[in-house]
Amino acid sequence: MSDTVMLAHGAGGRQTAELIDTVFKAHFDNPHLTADDAAVLPRPAGPIAMTTDGFIVSPPFFPGGNIGKLSVCGTVNDLACMGARPLYLTCSFVIEEGFPLERLEQVVSAMSATAAEAGVEIVAGDTKVAGRGQVDNLFITTTGVGEVMPGTHLAGDAARPGDKVIVTGDIGRHGCTILLARDEFGIDADVTTDCAPLWGPVKAMLDTTSDVHVIRDATRGGVGTVLYEIAGESSVSVELDAEAVPVAPEVRGVCDMLGLDPLYLACEGTMVVFAPADVADDVVAALRATDHSHGAAVIGTVSADHPGKVIMRTSIGTRTLLPQPTGELLPRIC
Amino acid sequence: MTGAADKARAIIESYDGPALRIMEVCGTHTHEIFRLGIRGLLPPQVRLISGPGCPVCVTPPGFIDEAVMLGLEHDVTVCTFGDLVRVPGTDMSLAGARSKGARVQVVYSPLDAVDYARDHASEQVTFLSVGFETTTPANCLAVERADAAGLGNFSLLTANKTMPQAYQALKGSADAFLYPGHVCAITGTRAEEDLVGQGVSGVVCGFTAPEIMCALAIILRRSQEGRPFFANAYPRVVTREGNKGAQGLVARLMEPCDATWRGLGEIPGSGMRLRDAYAAYDARRKFDLPHVEGRSNPACRCGDVLRGACTPHDCPLFGKVCTPQHPVGACMVSGEGACSAYYQYGGEQL
Repeated sequence: MSDTVMLAHGAGGRQTAELIDTVFKAHFDNPHLTADDAAVLPRPAGPIAMTTDGFIVSPPFFPGGNIGKLSVCGTVNDLACMGARPLYLTCSFVIEEGFPLERLEQVVSAMSATAAEAGVEIVAGDTKVAGRGQVDNLFITTTGVGEVMPGTHLAGDAARPGDKVIVTGDIGRHGCTILLARDEFGIDADVTTDCAPLWGPVKAMLDTTSDVHVIRDATRGGVGTVLYEIAGESSVSVELDAEAVPVAPEVRGVCDMLGLDPLYLACEGTMVVFAPADVADDVVAALRATDHSHGAAVIGTVSADHPGKVIMRTSIGTRTLLPQPTGELLPRIC
Repeated sequence: MTGAADKARAIIESYDGPALRIMEVCGTHTHEIFRLGIRGLLPPQVRLISGPGCPVCVTPPGFIDEAVMLGLEHDVTVCTFGDLVRVPGTDMSLAGARSKGARVQVVYSPLDAVDYARDHASEQVTFLSVGFETTTPANCLAVERADAAGLGNFSLLTANKTMPQAYQALKGSADAFLYPGHVCAITGTRAEEDLVGQGVSGVVCGFTAPEIMCALAIILRRSQEGRPFFANAYPRVVTREGNKGAQGLVARLMEPCDATWRGLGEIPGSGMRLRDAYAAYDARRKFDLPHVEGRSNPACRCGDVLRGACTPHDCPLFGKVCTPQHPVGACMVSGEGACSAYYQYGGEQL
């Protein structure tokens, strides 16, 4: 077999079968992944949640992860945000002709390891090869199915005045990592992505209390964007305590140098949670005791005044409007 | 918070003297003052006015027209900081020119533009050299590097400006200036000290919450003494002499010229252009550009905002047809612009 992906690998013939056998099947092996045209799966007891997401990150390899890990985490975390235990994933690859097979193996291996950690099976897939220059290295689309835990009613319009706003960890690391990985600024900093599967932290919260109102992962646009989304959908305001927002010192340093606010940098392993004040401490304690959310913290409070706005209590105790996110800080980030 | 900051805050919050207009000259100050909510500390008779210290904002539409002309008529690759791409010219912005086929390349440093020129020898490359004393040295360094590398395809379209003449032009608009710390880090403070003799007061200000509060407190205290004053409240960065290396570099490559400021008109001696010895790197001379008299949207009050004659809320376009997504005036485009800061932080409503 050649050491790069060729157009023939996507043509459906012998070489396609070889690629599937040696790369995909070797890593994704599980009883539900067969050579048939569709996976046949047992029906879960509760309602199912289903979601899909495309991943076109540039560069595809970055400190702490790669596009494969990201493509599993992104979809698994979207399911977890709805209180759904991730069960099954499908994945669709569009690979640029000439992409090194060794790198493809690294991507697939990361997907397999992340899926195992998240407790999800990859049950179907597809591979296409596009001509050189038609895609940037490789694009992956994953679709996920999960089982919604009984008693949960999570939704973006469910935040209520008095709720506490919690983040599950320090913010902005994925966006900062990608920014530096592009090597456009000549800045070296020891920043790794926060990319991680978050069903564990969500389950820990929901095992503590079913009275959680909103969970949303702070991907593109970061925590600031999520706060504005929820404030708008729930017709409430969020009062954010600037001093309480956890930011790793190296991320803070890069942001200060480039004039960026970590609140708008993407996270891939950090969620924003809205929960009633009387359970907030328990939720934070449960998160802190779980992998990938040791840095959980309360960062704000929900109020009925100024609906749709996010108001920041500054380091000197004054109040100011958090500027509305104005669009993509970085394209092709996840 | 430090003891000095607590003291400064107490002075600000307890001020019961006469009405004062303080102009924050620098766009970064405008932005930080909003971000930190410092307006919320001030008593009602103390007004902060946003001044002309955002390089994108004071760049007149005619400069954009020249850049568009380079891109569309002279087949030049225009390298620029991102903000300028969306600033409206008379007929179109650089984004508009790009959609008509002009090559517009966003860079993060003038040296990136030199690298681009080196890597694209078949293209003529012009860097849009806007900015005050803080950014001018890097622009000069770009020319020096291009010259050393023998790059015949690199040039600057200059709109560099110097602040001291602007303070004089704005003398009646404010009772005291918050002088821009980054500019003074390069220039030193002699020019600002000399302005005291002409009745102009001000304090050099840093950019953290304690530094801004201290500078404001000094202004409130000193203005009660009844005579013009100067103080450096950013001594950890700013010295009297400034950065001699940067000053020398600029003096070797550039000389003062008259310059047109959006809102302030032409201010004699307030611009910088390349000396004759470096004419080959001056895009105006290299491409023999005609004099361009640009026009702004007549309803846009950016000019008045930059003079402190009105706040963004007084402009009929503000927040309605003019937003960060669809800017009509430069002050809404730039991250340092007063209109953009008022829009993003909700002005004085909170």
